[in-house]
Amino acid sequence: MSDERTTKTISGMDSVNTTVLGADEIILNMGPQHPSTHGVLRVKLKLDGERVAGSECIIGYLHRGVEKIAEHRSYQQFAPYVDRMDYVAAVSNGLGYCEAVEKLLGTEAPPRARVVRTILTELQRIASHLLWLGTHALDIGALTPVFYCFREREEILKIFEKYCGARLTTHAFRIGGLQYETYDGFEEDTKRFCNDFAHKIDEYETLLTENRIWVGRTKGVGILNAADAIALGVTGPVLRASGVKWDLRRAQPYAAYDQYEFDIPTRETGDTYDRYVVRMEEMRQSRRICLQAVENIPTGPIMARIGKVLKPPPGEVYHSIEAPKGELGYYIVSDGTTQPYRVRVRPPSFINLQAFDKMAKGALIADVVAIIGTIDIVLGEVDR
Amino acid sequence: MVQRLKARFGDAIREASLDRKQAIVLIAVEQLREISRYCRDEEKFDMLVDLTAVDWPKREKRFDVVLNLYSFAKNERLRLKAHAGETEPAPSVCEIWPAANWMERECYDMFGIVFEGHPDLKRILLPDEWQGHPLRKDYDILKQDTDWVRENLGIESGQ
Amino acid sequence: MGHLIPPSIMPFVLPVLYAVVIVAVLPLLAGYIVLMERKVMADMQARLGPMRVGPHGLLQPIADAVKLLLKEDIIPDKADRLMFWFAPLVSVTMALLAYSALAIGPAFQIADLNIGLLFILAISSLGIYGIVLGGWASNSHYSLLGALRSAAQLVSYETAAGLGLISVLLLAGSLSMKDIVQAQLDQGVWFGFSVPFGFFIYLVGSIAETNRAPFDLPEAESELVAGYMTEYSGFRWSLYFLAEYANMIIVAGIATTLFLGGWLRPGARYHEHIPGTGIEWLDALPALLTLGVALYSLKLAPTQPVKIQKIVMVLVAVLCLGVACVLAGALFAPPAVMQGIHGAFWFMAKVFAYIYAFLWIRFTFPRYRFDQLMRLGWRFLIPLALVNVIGVGVAIVLRQQFAWGPIVSLIPTTLATLGVAMLLAKDDAPVAEAQTAAGE
Repeated sequence: MSDERTTKTISGMDSVNTTVLGADEIILNMGPQHPSTHGVLRVKLKLDGERVAGSECIIGYLHRGVEKIAEHRSYQQFAPYVDRMDYVAAVSNGLGYCEAVEKLLGTEAPPRARVVRTILTELQRIASHLLWLGTHALDIGALTPVFYCFREREEILKIFEKYCGARLTTHAFRIGGLQYETYDGFEEDTKRFCNDFAHKIDEYETLLTENRIWVGRTKGVGILNAADAIALGVTGPVLRASGVKWDLRRAQPYAAYDQYEFDIPTRETGDTYDRYVVRMEEMRQSRRICLQAVENIPTGPIMARIGKVLKPPPGEVYHSIEAPKGELGYYIVSDGTTQPYRVRVRPPSFINLQAFDKMAKGALIADVVAIIGTIDIVLGEVDR
Repeated sequence: MVQRLKARFGDAIREASLDRKQAIVLIAVEQLREISRYCRDEEKFDMLVDLTAVDWPKREKRFDVVLNLYSFAKNERLRLKAHAGETEPAPSVCEIWPAANWMERECYDMFGIVFEGHPDLKRILLPDEWQGHPLRKDYDILKQDTDWVRENLGIESGQ
Repeated sequence: MGHLIPPSIMPFVLPVLYAVVIVAVLPLLAGYIVLMERKVMADMQARLGPMRVGPHGLLQPIADAVKLLLKEDIIPDKADRLMFWFAPLVSVTMALLAYSALAIGPAFQIADLNIGLLFILAISSLGIYGIVLGGWASNSHYSLLGALRSAAQLVSYETAAGLGLISVLLLAGSLSMKDIVQAQLDQGVWFGFSVPFGFFIYLVGSIAETNRAPFDLPEAESELVAGYMTEYSGFRWSLYFLAEYANMIIVAGIATTLFLGGWLRPGARYHEHIPGTGIEWLDALPALLTLGVALYSLKLAPTQPVKIQKIVMVLVAVLCLGVACVLAGALFAPPAVMQGIHGAFWFMAKVFAYIYAFLWIRFTFPRYRFDQLMRLGWRFLIPLALVNVIGVGVAIVLRQQFAWGPIVSLIPTTLATLGVAMLLAKDDAPVAEAQTAAGE
């Protein structure tokens, strides 16, 4: 490529790590419209041949000002908005928000509500991981697993639909508990799904886990060691794959997680393959939690007595849960009125995505898509 | 721990409190970097979970810079807060926790707080040519909307 | 007809006729291979695939073709317009040209060149110019990267695939497509069975040459959007598409001719007649198969939801019935005609089986990365192919020296190559295994 053409390409692009180009380097602009940037992520890659010499993520294409909206809504009115952040794991978002506000109010949801919340959230985790698995495999070039994953995800969405009428942005929980009692057959549906799912997950593993090409494409790609991961604030499966055995469900239990047995899968290397293994194992553990929870749902009320108008006493609270993608935190400041003074969402995708530059350095273009996939971002949450 | 902090930094620790069983330490903004480094190295708060800000326009120093820290060793959280003024820059903690990079950019984007020592402080979620900082309390969304309509559509907004 | 055409032109009439048939039929065939691909993919992925246009989507290729022709044709502003226009033509012309030496059955061949195989390989390799030029002319980074990948990949895998073919050439002793098939008849075994490693290497090499998954790096959708085709749209894009599928048929044709006995039916040396007639049992098979398809379609027809679909389904049944009649009728025709028609049937059947294998592989495996692709080509396939070729040479000497049979003499070769293959694969594996061990 001629020098003249190189300069032409970079004119108008101003960034620190991508402006200075070596003789054989080109800038490749990936996204915001690209098959494997999972929405509208834009990655500017400085390439030396096919090797990545530097990268920069450009985000914000899906920014909707969720935090500003919160300041103009009452506490209950804002609850549906959080579903639109990580829209593939809306139930988890709702759980985090509702629990944060409950903490701010100084109440707690009744036991029955907490168990139902746990079941739905774990189902949502499976659904989110299934979507990740399908798209990640698709990015790496395996065309088939995505359809199997969606087949199973559909079963989960059907349970959501039967429970609250919505499939994607569910708004399943209310501040103080649940709005709806579980439907007849909820337990059976969940059990049936969990029992079928055990074999299904083995099927996915037959397609991928020992597949030579899959292993070759993921082993040693996008390595993130534990120290870097902690320094970069990375949480969730990505952190666990780097060898840090830390899961908020165990470390600071919320909902009903303290009642159930489950393992926290970890790996050592922190490469793409490890993250794959960790997430696969997490789906099995979620299934385990669901089965335990559904066996024994306590009876009783589903809603705490909190009144119609919520006026939390002035003050602030930070509450976080283990969302499918990592630590999802809500920092809510109240000034004693019916509207939150400030709602800050600590989105796991946004902060995990920061690790991308580190992971991608020295990788090939093909690895870049693998790395974007393995971080498991949802742009709705990155940009809010 | 507050005792240790006070012994070490004296006046820079303004106030320590508990709100809903969560520890909050209010510190002087000038000492933010030093206290952060101390918290990371000595008190083992090795992860910066969140960095954000809150706007209190009526106060003299209108912004709260809020750092949520987590310690893996102790399984504890700590919230550091510092008051920052509109014109006065806050020190960046990027070199202590690289995680702060994007979060400080977001604070700059949304509040206009300048972080001194940040490697690349520019807007992150909003376009580069955006006017104003939306999460400030005096940022009027209605005005923004009517302005946009007037400029781009040439009519008066019905809102 | 003979008296209408001057005798001096006579030798050209049939080839020209064939050429016209190929140019006319091939786009349609490519369209239906796409449909087949989508249907096979859908079946493997637990869904239905195209169902709307015609019964079971049978008219989908025609709808697709119309859509592509009507689409807006976009040329990027800073593209090299001449090259941009020229490149797809190169690809598609070369793909079509290669058919001139392909023998579809003993009778249906445009030119029986004595260097037939060499000609096909040479011409189809030229198609890469279309890809490289197109990628360069688009003035897009994605296209450029795709084109460069494609060039590197072709060079690597052409070598391996070529070496795979040489093992057959040693056995057949000829480059002419007809002679190679004849050699398989004479030796009584398809070369795919006597040199399985030659076949395997060619299978892998041919997938890579046609840029199909898991070697579809030049157009890797999730990385390079569409690789060299990124900036193409509408008709030009469909030319590339046509070239790709035409190339698939070519490599399948080569593999069929060289490894799967070309137009020979299974058990070509087995001549048991149906009692009381001069018809061989096995020759009746094609007619019966198509008859079966016809009856099945007829049975499906009443269950179609829409009237037009019922009609089209019946038409399909009638078409299959017609083919069955032709195939059955051929049994009573002079042997030359019979051989031509049935040869074409078997040839096409094998070609489609080979393409099915392509599709199956595509939907099963993830994509290789570029360096892995190169490593596989240079460090595994080419050494293996060399060992195989040497082994076949030794086998031929053994056969001549000790008068071993054509199958027996090659067994040591196959075993030796298998050993080398395992050695090479093992050599490749330690890195991955070490990391797994550390991880657990």
